[in-house]
Amino acid sequence: MSYRTDIQGTRYVFPDLKTLLARASPARSGDALAGVAADGPLERIAAQRCLADVPLTDFLDDVMQVEGDAVTGLILAQHDPAAFAPVRSLTVGAFRDWLLDPATDGGTLGRLAFGLTPEMVAAVSKIMRAQDLIAVAAKIEVVTRFRSTIGLRGRLSTRNQPNHPTDDSRGIAVAALDGLLMGAGDAVIGVNPATDTLPDYIRICEVLDAIRIQLDIPTQHCCLGHVTTALAAMEAGAPVDLVFQSVAGSEKANAGFGVTLGLLDEAWEAARALGRAPADGNVMYFETGQGAALSADAHHGMDQQTMETRAYAVARRYRPLLVNTVVGFIGPEYLADGKQIIRAGLEDHFCGKLLGLPMGVDVCYTNHSWADQEDMDLLLVSLAAAGVSFVITVPGADDIMLNYQSLAFHDAQFIRETLGRPPAPEFEAWMDRHGIGAPGVNLPALAAALGQLRLPAA
Amino acid sequence: MSDGALTPAAIRALTEARLTFGARGRALETARTLDFALDHARAREAVLADVDIAALQAALDRAGLAHRAVTSAAGDRQTFVQRPDLGRQLPEADAATLAGTGPVDVALVLGDGLSATAVALNGVAFVAALADRLAAQGLSLGPVVLARQARVALGDKIALAMGAGTVVMALGERPGLSAADSLGVYITHAPRPDTPDSARNCLSNIREAGTPVPEAARQAERLILAMRRAGQSGVALSRLIAAGALPGSG
Repeated sequence: MSYRTDIQGTRYVFPDLKTLLARASPARSGDALAGVAADGPLERIAAQRCLADVPLTDFLDDVMQVEGDAVTGLILAQHDPAAFAPVRSLTVGAFRDWLLDPATDGGTLGRLAFGLTPEMVAAVSKIMRAQDLIAVAAKIEVVTRFRSTIGLRGRLSTRNQPNHPTDDSRGIAVAALDGLLMGAGDAVIGVNPATDTLPDYIRICEVLDAIRIQLDIPTQHCCLGHVTTALAAMEAGAPVDLVFQSVAGSEKANAGFGVTLGLLDEAWEAARALGRAPADGNVMYFETGQGAALSADAHHGMDQQTMETRAYAVARRYRPLLVNTVVGFIGPEYLADGKQIIRAGLEDHFCGKLLGLPMGVDVCYTNHSWADQEDMDLLLVSLAAAGVSFVITVPGADDIMLNYQSLAFHDAQFIRETLGRPPAPEFEAWMDRHGIGAPGVNLPALAAALGQLRLPAA
Repeated sequence: MSDGALTPAAIRALTEARLTFGARGRALETARTLDFALDHARAREAVLADVDIAALQAALDRAGLAHRAVTSAAGDRQTFVQRPDLGRQLPEADAATLAGTGPVDVALVLGDGLSATAVALNGVAFVAALADRLAAQGLSLGPVVLARQARVALGDKIALAMGAGTVVMALGERPGLSAADSLGVYITHAPRPDTPDSARNCLSNIREAGTPVPEAARQAERLILAMRRAGQSGVALSRLIAAGALPGSG
């Protein structure tokens, strides 16, 4: 079915819904690279006006030529017609107005999550400005629990990311301590391993578990290795809190990551069976990012933001504790500059929250993007206003293993003080007990703190 | 394994992470903020600067190596950074300038990649060291090809234009905040227009503080000899080497 609109005598025709979504997407380099972007601002606005008139039910009838794909199958299976009922009669444009209506509250939006498909959510985001994305996301409260409670209204959690280029145990520990002494790590203390071997995975879990136990920190840890490594580690009896995996919006893109839904099902089951989280707690952690499917040539001609939103269908199947988009990590061929990264970060957060996910953001960029730390400041402030569940923090904003820039532990402190966003209540109480963040308290120096830790032998 | 009181110097030896040694609970100090900005400016400079082709040509002349220069279909830095597909294509006119340079056993390509700084500091030294080693093995090389706006796969197109059996593509790696001078080397045997990345062998972090140039040239020579014996490169070659199936190639 084709879509058309006339603007001052010029007719714009879009042959199908997938093309219409791509042309309506706010400008970004990845859609130009894929050859699916609008040819300029006028065609983009024409597509947005056209999209605003599309009934939401159109998205249930059109799988957009991504047939026979396991993620498409999952999206259709997840759709809950009863939850969809309140918005069933709306067009995309009317849905935007309804989302922004003060009468539409967070509870209503929370009940809607499984009534919406990722494509509906991506569609409405394309005709929302930054403030719209912030305003609606701010209404939604998605609360998850392990040892700490993430996502409570008015709070902002952090991942403490103490990566090290050779996974050195003490190198990891000292960076983790640096963050803990600044109150970072209530969402997770999570390491991206430089290697993906089983012994290293297990050792990293043991190091992080030792830190948590010895300092009695109400948080959880994660080694962000491949899910198959996590399965083997759990099999071997390693202390695995959260199971991590990168996921994307098509079966082929997930195959590029070496995962299937069946494998994720198995890992979820194994993690729950460990019994480390409270009953009915959340034990999975996912990362996503616009452009992942295109970079694996697995985007099916779909724009990168819609593809990204489809990844959230995969994530929400597992009731994760944490999900974050690694928004600026993929590089300028997908998101060229600070403006595109900021926009994408707000889109991903909004879309994830509306689909019911505990959405966080790695506020970040690489050195070949036209972006800098000031862009990250602006995205952080915007996300805090939008009620982001958590952000990622590293020492001095410099990830020395993955070679990109994220937020510094200091940046989390800035946003806590400037906008009043305390961490998870359990973690806040732990900080209070130790005087972390309190004026006039002499905290141990890093050297002393590291010296007191008993780390497992390498 | 408690170490008692570690000095800040001992901690700095554990990690290059930008840790906080001074006061906490306040904004990053002015000096550290400006240090960070300087490091970022260096990285940006490395990405955006055009390689100084004349200087590279002069250095190759001094090393006694013949050379040619080509530019990918990306044309300029901004296009190059945002369009990796164009950086992999060799325009016909550029391919034509390589006519008559082959056939050769090994094509040596020095591309700008994502760091002009890396190429300026380490590029010619690496290519010259490797050329010496390969010539001593009796392998024919042809001119060194200087490639502007070059992604890894541009080397395949250059090798095809030259009729080369093996291609070595050395280019600047994406700069980190702490190091903007890393050279990466990708070696491919029997390159095709659609060589998959899994058919390449890679050496990375070639720089003074990483893998030094002479060591990288030695490793590259071994890989090239091994892949020419095995008739394949990439993951398949790594498997053969790991299995000990290629004596003397370790």
